Amino acid sequence: MPEATNADDSDSPDSDGVQIDLISGERMDSMATMEKIRMILDGVHDGNIVILEEGLTPDEESRLIEVTMSEISPDEFNGIEIETYPKSETRDSSLLGRIMGNNESETKLTVIGPANQIETLHKDETLISALVSRD
Amino acid sequence: MGLFTELKDSISRVTDRLFSEQEPKRIGIYGPPNAGKTTLANRIARDWTGDAIGTESHVPHETRRARRKENVEIERDGKTVTIDIVDTPGVTTKVDYEEFTDEMEEDDAIRRSREATEGVAEAMHWLREDVDGVVYVLDSAEDPITQVNTMLIGIIESRDLPVLIFANKIDLDESSIKRIEDAFPQHKTIPLSAKEGDNMDEVYDSIAEYFG
Repeated sequence: MPEATNADDSDSPDSDGVQIDLISGERMDSMATMEKIRMILDGVHDGNIVILEEGLTPDEESRLIEVTMSEISPDEFNGIEIETYPKSETRDSSLLGRIMGNNESETKLTVIGPANQIETLHKDETLISALVSRD
Repeated sequence: MGLFTELKDSISRVTDRLFSEQEPKRIGIYGPPNAGKTTLANRIARDWTGDAIGTESHVPHETRRARRKENVEIERDGKTVTIDIVDTPGVTTKVDYEEFTDEMEEDDAIRRSREATEGVAEAMHWLREDVDGVVYVLDSAEDPITQVNTMLIGIIESRDLPVLIFANKIDLDESSIKRIEDAFPQHKTIPLSAKEGDNMDEVYDSIAEYFG
């Protein structure tokens, strides 16, 4: 089972750079919901930008919001900025669509970072433009 | 009509109420902070029960606990629809107490931010466990394509909950109903001003139709 920790926390750089972790869908597949959330939030607490190749399910997103809220602390952690593409008009979100295996909306690239370091500049159905700053 | 017949009819009416009426559906009022959720909840509660639910404010996160108003009876076309209204705290992924320091002392701002985070977690829990339908309230003067809106609508859809989108604050010059309809074309959007009471007939018709 993959470790539910940051991708490379044993070798955190001391430089002023911003670490970006791109996490494959394959790595996430075998993880339980709380393992995914812990991995994401541990990375964000370290000031990293976490990019998920296949995003989270709606239920996982709901729990991510809940756990994030429990970890917010004045002057230490203000929460997360999270971005995925908005739902396209052409995507089929009906029950039939989901039964037929159309789950595109659940596998969207997702960018997550510390709220005080990442700012969304533009977002539409096909583009997310974000500004990432150091602390 | 004889006494026996009257008694039989009376017992029949009571048993009908006891065994055939459904429990009122719990309708959660969701949306981002400052969309006007509590103003809407108060408008509905005042119109049909005479009481308010909570305090309204221009400062975000005024509602920091979910509040339920039970047995709100809405009459439409001679029929009565009974619902419980659950006014929930505005959902967000971040809370910074410094947002409130212009309005209050630092200690109060920190307390408000702590309560706000608890309130958001509570709102998410209600959404997963305890609501039967959702009224999603948006400020029609703001861009609706935000991550919180995208995620919450996705969460609501994944639970197959009936949802109505309320484009609130149509009394503002910057209001755009089309922007909301274009953002969430898969759901019915109803324009209104909860503050001014504009278009409330359509609001109540839709609530009765969707949640009755």
